[in-house]
Amino acid sequence: MATDSLAPARRSNFSRLATFLYQHPRVALALLLGPPLLWLGVVYLGALLTLVAQSFFHLDAYSGKIVRELTLATYADLLSQAENYRIVIRTAGMAAAVTLGAVVIAFPLAYFMTRYASPRLRALLYLAVLLPLWSNYLVRVFAWKIILAKEGIFGWFINLLHLGWALDALLKIPLIGGPSLANSMIGMFLVFLYVWLPYMILPVQAALERLPRSLLEASGDLGAKPYQTFRYVILPLVFPGVVAGSIFTFSLTLGDFIIPEAFGTSEFFIGRAVYVYQGTSGNLPLAAAFTLIPIVIMGIYLYLAKRLGAFEAL
Amino acid sequence: MPSSSTPAIRFTNVSRHFGEVKAVDEISLDILDGEFFTLLGPSGSGKTTCLRMLAGFDQPTTGSILLHGRDVTGLPPYERDVNTVFQDYALFPHMSVGENVAYGLMIRQVPKAEREKRVEEVLELVRLPGFARRRPSQLSGGQRQRVALARALINNPRVLLLDEPLGALDFKLRQQMQIELKAIQKRVGITFVFVTHDQEEALTMSDRIAVFDHGQIEQVGTPAELYEHPATAFVAGFVGVSNLVNGPVAQAITGSPTMFSIRPEKIHLTDPSAPMPEDSYCVEGHVREVIYLGMYTRYLVELKGGGELTVMEQNLHTTSMDVLAAQGRTVRLTWRHDHVRLIPEKAR
Repeated sequence: MATDSLAPARRSNFSRLATFLYQHPRVALALLLGPPLLWLGVVYLGALLTLVAQSFFHLDAYSGKIVRELTLATYADLLSQAENYRIVIRTAGMAAAVTLGAVVIAFPLAYFMTRYASPRLRALLYLAVLLPLWSNYLVRVFAWKIILAKEGIFGWFINLLHLGWALDALLKIPLIGGPSLANSMIGMFLVFLYVWLPYMILPVQAALERLPRSLLEASGDLGAKPYQTFRYVILPLVFPGVVAGSIFTFSLTLGDFIIPEAFGTSEFFIGRAVYVYQGTSGNLPLAAAFTLIPIVIMGIYLYLAKRLGAFEAL
Repeated sequence: MPSSSTPAIRFTNVSRHFGEVKAVDEISLDILDGEFFTLLGPSGSGKTTCLRMLAGFDQPTTGSILLHGRDVTGLPPYERDVNTVFQDYALFPHMSVGENVAYGLMIRQVPKAEREKRVEEVLELVRLPGFARRRPSQLSGGQRQRVALARALINNPRVLLLDEPLGALDFKLRQQMQIELKAIQKRVGITFVFVTHDQEEALTMSDRIAVFDHGQIEQVGTPAELYEHPATAFVAGFVGVSNLVNGPVAQAITGSPTMFSIRPEKIHLTDPSAPMPEDSYCVEGHVREVIYLGMYTRYLVELKGGGELTVMEQNLHTTSMDVLAAQGRTVRLTWRHDHVRLIPEKAR
């Protein structure tokens, strides 16, 4: 019976289709790419375009209704308020700090994983990096809220080291300080760093993995001391990986609204501003205009990265 | 003039263990200044590990390494006056050919103008003039090889290490590069330490060769010494082709059961009725297989008293028709006494 299922009639139907597709590669391509392009076009780009369109409407101040005609009034509104600039700078500054912190922590760890760890230890470290991503984001964020609270485990540990005075001094610094770690920019930075770090480690580690050992040996052989090998060989060749990671850490920090909400002081961040404008104040056009700011910032960021030669070694 | 009293390189009882594996086992070796010295052996014989210990990429478990009389054991690569040409060339993909070649000078902060001048000179030496602005990815395998060589030579090292640098090249190009490498070595006059598993390559280029097996050196000598006077059965089999005969078969031929080696091209294949030559061993057999190789023919001859010998004959006057007709015939094999090399028991 088994051989009967390969009866000539059925086979030829199937192979006729295969032959047809082989002879009409454009049809095959359309069949393959159609569904994903449709998904991408409608769900991603469509939503984004709706958002862009929304930002060119404006909210009528008296009726509280959205006026659906094209105008730059919302943008004028956005750009005329000094507070909005502060929100953007605050958010971008936080995103930059988180990215920098992530690079500083991720690089040595990824380097160790690639060059020194045994396969077993490497697998364990991979797991350690990925494990936090498998648990719920909100749970982790609010766990940190408790850890960093005034009476929390972090403060307890600091006091155990008799460093309570240092923490207090740190929290007294204007702009980054606050009543406690759980309500300060420093605390927010720590939590951002915690949630986005894996997104930096993985691409940096992948880039280091692609770096042949013989290149490092050649550099040392030609007289370069370890820091020179790092400067002239490792960094330029791993930089695309760092940029890839920083795209994640930077854009994820730019758009997040839960962590600023939970750990923030009264200061607004972009994500929180969007949340408040579209929700509480019902100003959808202004929220949409605000949403485009991270996209513009990422555009500028990628342009600068390209100018720096981040993608040349790809 | 290089002083002949201090060797360029001296290994003293050097071992390198990887866990239980003795990759290099108690090696002592002197390499002279200005020599083209080859480390020859099959893969896993310890030759590459020795080269890596010379470069400083690996450190001996025990023993010491001297470079021009200076103990470099434990020193990192950047504190040794040697440069390496890597098997995979290891060119920096984010730099141009010129930047690659100038890397060592850039590290030593040689002014840019002088760097560019020297790069052009050394690219001339490896016959790649005007290639400085190209990218390594735009080059062929042979050209990358030359860039790797130029990048090492520009630093004027006292010793150049080459790790199977011709392995990835095709046959014709490899032969051409062998001759070129030898010519460059003669011209710059520095010590070359060359690692290869290709015995023909070793014979072509080397002043002296060390034959490695199982982490130990079997024999050190000139190509002629190794070929004509192999000290061990391994050398006899690895450098060129040898017939190794021992036991009763050897007894029947030489009158002694001691193992001996005889090269296939030293054996003459004659008619059994031909007169016996002087000072020669004679043995009869029948031709089991004839392999026609164009320039040569290889015969596999089964001996009357057991055993089999390989015989190589040049096709000077014979055609393929003639040699193939020998299949199955009874023949007499003769070879001169002085072409036989006895291999004592302890050297096997």
